Amino acid sequence: MNESDPHRPSVVPPVDTSAAIAKRERRRQLAALAGIGAIALGSASAFAWTAGWIGGDRLTAQRIVGAMEANGPAHPGFRRNHAKGVCVSGTFRGTPQGQALSSARAFSGTPVPVLGRFSIGGPNPHGADNTARVRSMALQFGGPGEPQWRMAMNSFPFFAVATPQAFHQQILAKRPDPATGKPDPVAMEAFLAAHPQAREFGKWAKTAPWSDSWANTQYNSVNAFRFIDADGTERFVRWSMQPRLPFHALDAEERERADADFLAADLHARLAHGPVHWDMVVTLAAPGDAVDDPSQPWPDTREQVVAGTLTLVHAEPQATGECRDVNFDPLILPPGVAASGDPILAARSAAYSQSFNRRQREIALGRGDAATGTEPTR
Amino acid sequence: MNIPTRFNPTARWLHWSMAAMIVSMLFIGVGMVTSISARPWLIDLHRPLGIAILLLVVLRLRNRMRHRPPALPSTLPHWQKTAARASHWLLYGLMLAMPLIGWAMLSAGGYPVQMSPSFALPPILPQDVTLYAALRAAHGWLAYLLFATVLLHLSAALLHAWVYRDGVFQAMAGRIRQRVGRER
Repeated sequence: MNESDPHRPSVVPPVDTSAAIAKRERRRQLAALAGIGAIALGSASAFAWTAGWIGGDRLTAQRIVGAMEANGPAHPGFRRNHAKGVCVSGTFRGTPQGQALSSARAFSGTPVPVLGRFSIGGPNPHGADNTARVRSMALQFGGPGEPQWRMAMNSFPFFAVATPQAFHQQILAKRPDPATGKPDPVAMEAFLAAHPQAREFGKWAKTAPWSDSWANTQYNSVNAFRFIDADGTERFVRWSMQPRLPFHALDAEERERADADFLAADLHARLAHGPVHWDMVVTLAAPGDAVDDPSQPWPDTREQVVAGTLTLVHAEPQATGECRDVNFDPLILPPGVAASGDPILAARSAAYSQSFNRRQREIALGRGDAATGTEPTR
Repeated sequence: MNIPTRFNPTARWLHWSMAAMIVSMLFIGVGMVTSISARPWLIDLHRPLGIAILLLVVLRLRNRMRHRPPALPSTLPHWQKTAARASHWLLYGLMLAMPLIGWAMLSAGGYPVQMSPSFALPPILPQDVTLYAALRAAHGWLAYLLFATVLLHLSAALLHAWVYRDGVFQAMAGRIRQRVGRER
């Protein structure tokens, strides 16, 4: 300010002294600083909440995989579930009936390369095949830089639960009691009382016959998907890989005697004699069928279409096979196939990614030698 | 030489549209790796938005090289000028690095780099477990660094706008903000 201005009025305003202005300005600046602090803190909190660092007991992918890990000893470098398996490869060729349902390249009639993996359920990479009720087949149609279709199918015909929250509860109920080394039967009974549909899965596990091979087992998508045809028409579907080989049961006594690794030995022996085939059978939903609940099977009377044939020609150990470093995320889908609203499907995608990131990190850091077959011989 | 008092319109347009995209991306990113329900649609948004940011940051750097930015006020202490310059180049670096690391990471992880259901970018690295693990860790940690730098940048910008009132914020603010600033 120009203090020496001769035209400046000599009367000083009674209120707005320069001290009062400065005081007001300081107060304003403090308010502005507080506002900036609040904005920064608010943004940081929103970020932390979205990242799952704060905000209580929201179920996250990390918590699901963490709960699985807490149920048993660590097996670094291996998948957190379905840890034991073998890599396979071959081709898939679609049928015109398949092409009529979906514009996916896999149904074009030209064979597409397939990379896959057979496994048994459970977190133990050294588990005994004859104790594993669940078997699975994971596939990837198409190679790097191509539109890919990945799927992870299971030998059970329906899932035990309808929601990721119930699945998490089931993992917690299966947690071994440190005293007995076995799940607490009271916790399991409480889980079943809260989720009665899981009893149906228990019935399947108890009564369905076991087959004696990965090659004569049927694998089911379990979750529903949408097939989109060339005209854009969408249909809800589930599919199964139905073995061409006749089912051959493994009775309780044979199972007792079977070797811990009999499934891989059997597969290698079969493939040494030639390829093994499955038909991809697509089941079309009828109006009213549960398309977002994998615990609800569809009636047997639904229309079925043979959409293609899977031919597997080669198997190799997962430690050095190509399937080891593949995340068989069931939501990596080609044009012509899309997800349903099934919450289990989205949660599988999230949890598989967590499991993949953790095991890849362990292998990269040299902690996963057992998983890569580079373990020093003892 | 004539030093402008404001960033040129291209710079301002790129700044504000990219600010919205980058903040969205950071939230989408941390959300999609935790959420058990929203992951599918968040990841479908994350990949094309990341590549869009990559294209825009190339335009932005080109524009930044060709058009001299306004100078910081001479009243600003030296350390604040240095901090401003360093944080701006850190922001540019991260804007460029994050999409490239994301693309490279998906390539090394064997994932298709899907832009839309029917279009995927080619892999820029071979599938490799060590590369994937390193890039995945880098993508996460650099995202946290980017978020922290954005918060710092935002706080400093508001400090200039509300406390210093020295025209630094107006240099990047849009036309309307500029007028409001002058009327004060």
